Amino acid sequence: MAKIIEMPKLSPTMEEGTLVKWYRTEGDVVAIDDLLAEVETDKATMEFRAFDKGVLLKRLVPEGATVKLGAPVAILGAKGEDVSALVARASGVSAQGAQAPAVGPAAPRATEAAAAPEPAVRPAATRKEGERVLASPLVRRIARESEVDLGDVEGTGPNGRIVKRDLDVYLSSPRRPEERAASAPAGALPSRVVPLTSMRKTIARRMVESKTTVPHFYLTIDVDAGPLVGAQAALNAELAAIAKAESTEPEKVSVNDLLIKAAAVCLRRVPAVNASYSPDGLVFHSRVDVSVAVALDDGLVTPVVRDADALGVLEIGREVRALAKAARAKKLKPEQMQDGTFSISNLGMFGIDEFAAVINPPEGAILAVGQVRDEPVVAAGAVVAGKRLRLTLSCDHRVVDGAVGARYLQVLRRLLETPATMLL
Amino acid sequence: MSRVLTYREALREAIAEEMERDERVFVMGEEVGHYQGAYKVTEGLLDRFGAERIVDTPIAELGFAGIGIGAAVCGLRPIIEFMTFNFSASAFDAIINHAAKFRQMSGGQFSCPIVFRGPNGAARQTGSQHSQCFEGIYGHFPGLWVVCPSSAADAKGLLKTAIRSDDPVVFLEGERLYGLKGEVPEGEHLVPLGKADIKREGRHVTVVTWGLGVPVSLAAANQLSARGIELEIIDLRSLRPFDLDLVLESVKKTNRAVVVHEHWPYGGTGAEVVLRIQEEAFDWLDAPVARVAGIDVPMPYASVLEESVIPTADRVVQAVRRVTYTS
Repeated sequence: MAKIIEMPKLSPTMEEGTLVKWYRTEGDVVAIDDLLAEVETDKATMEFRAFDKGVLLKRLVPEGATVKLGAPVAILGAKGEDVSALVARASGVSAQGAQAPAVGPAAPRATEAAAAPEPAVRPAATRKEGERVLASPLVRRIARESEVDLGDVEGTGPNGRIVKRDLDVYLSSPRRPEERAASAPAGALPSRVVPLTSMRKTIARRMVESKTTVPHFYLTIDVDAGPLVGAQAALNAELAAIAKAESTEPEKVSVNDLLIKAAAVCLRRVPAVNASYSPDGLVFHSRVDVSVAVALDDGLVTPVVRDADALGVLEIGREVRALAKAARAKKLKPEQMQDGTFSISNLGMFGIDEFAAVINPPEGAILAVGQVRDEPVVAAGAVVAGKRLRLTLSCDHRVVDGAVGARYLQVLRRLLETPATMLL
Repeated sequence: MSRVLTYREALREAIAEEMERDERVFVMGEEVGHYQGAYKVTEGLLDRFGAERIVDTPIAELGFAGIGIGAAVCGLRPIIEFMTFNFSASAFDAIINHAAKFRQMSGGQFSCPIVFRGPNGAARQTGSQHSQCFEGIYGHFPGLWVVCPSSAADAKGLLKTAIRSDDPVVFLEGERLYGLKGEVPEGEHLVPLGKADIKREGRHVTVVTWGLGVPVSLAAANQLSARGIELEIIDLRSLRPFDLDLVLESVKKTNRAVVVHEHWPYGGTGAEVVLRIQEEAFDWLDAPVARVAGIDVPMPYASVLEESVIPTADRVVQAVRRVTYTS
């Protein structure tokens, strides 16, 4: 009995997925757990494996198409089975599913096109995300030259082909989003509009959710970073000596690795910060899993260093670098990005002294780390050269109160200024 | 000075003027002399130039085409009239294997300055064997010039140039155009080979056409103009070589092209024009190039069917609507 295979939930926050590549063609025999396709979710490119065995009778979705969670993507069944009824059912479902992600600002422009003095236009089908943009060669050339993203332009030609009049309407439309935003001087070159990737949509959705539903407050503390930098130098000198003795490349620990370690140890000492708000009650986490923000070319992800309090700094460093590498290759698995209990975001490498980060729900707090600064400090009544570091904790006031957050930073400062106490 | 002549009279004037100008020029073909020409193009020329220069032949196309080619290679300037180009099929070997090849095969020692002329395309109810177009066939062969005038002035100017050409010219006249009237300059009026002519200027769609396609397209242009669509009609006049530069210039202005011709679509001259447009003006095209051609069947005899095979203004209008995305 043939059945429809639906887009599975491949990441905890996934709402839709882009079918990047099919690995099975129609007619292929499929065993359970065979790789069917690769799907780009909001987080990473995931393997989509078969939950059932049978013959792949029909692929319902072309490569590059974006599909809602639970929407039909294929039909699996016995060889030679008639699937026309299922295909009809599936296409009904996907037609409904396709309505929602329609390109937003395009709809009002279609009305304008109809009112244009040139020959009247036919109503055009709204393009689905990931669907190939059909455009005449002339339109493609003009779009190239004026840096218009054709994904935003409604096409009125056959099969929704964008023809010159559509581009004329688009270019002359005051509703172009970048014109609204920029109010550029007359004659300025048009801005470029890049369609939202799954990751960008997720960032946008989650950050808005965080900033509109989580009551943030911010605490900043200034830390003497001299001992921390000293500890880092001592550790790296030791690592270099070990490597030399073994004739291998020396490993290194970074200030960031030490900070993750310190923040994790500190969560054990102030467990009230290692907590999440939920309507059912405050959740105090038994593990210390630290999410680390990793910047990518087109966004950011927050892979999790598990049990960071129990790991050595060298292990933390290795783990962070492995996760960052996987993130840049878009090979992070969802389980590597979920269920963190606390986040660290470090912008020190950009020369940032301090900043306030947005909480990564449902975590209760996030630590924003600035750069280590060379500064005159007062020590034993004299001004001497010193190193300072500023840390800002963003707290969810529903779970972390001011005094609790302040206590956390106080303990963290002590850990950083006397790194040996981390060993306790 | 110019005056109004028919297409037929303009051709006759071109022949007479060239015969006066150059004693090497002579006409040979079936019924060109005593019968005054099957389509009366050579009317009066026998009386004026005598039987040595207006030569009636037997019904033997291969024979008189071959004689003409020999005469041309030996220094004369023959004009070979086919009663219709359908009959040139009997002379095909002489035209494509001899006339077209002399210059190349003799390493440039000989040229073959000859004009093969006669009516091309459908007349009215002359049946499938007498209603064919030959530009696609003769245009296929390097070594032949192929021209096809659509107006009286071009008929005169192109024929005079063809007669003066040092290479063989296939001169395709419109069987339905002989009675067409138009202003024709007196005396020395030469239209260069290989140059197209804009018969109507417009900014929305380029129509590339020739021969009978020109009046058909002009009629379509009148219909469409009332609805705000202006056609630019390019009459190629010369089909090999054709004036690609002018076509591209126009297509880059209008971004849309329709090719209109009477002959069949398959492997025809229009196909070559379409190809060159998409090769050279791809980034300027806002729609696929459309083609209006004769329907791909042997010409039916019944007049109502014949009229549905030959391109009409309505079919040009439909094609224009396709390329302008207006239904």
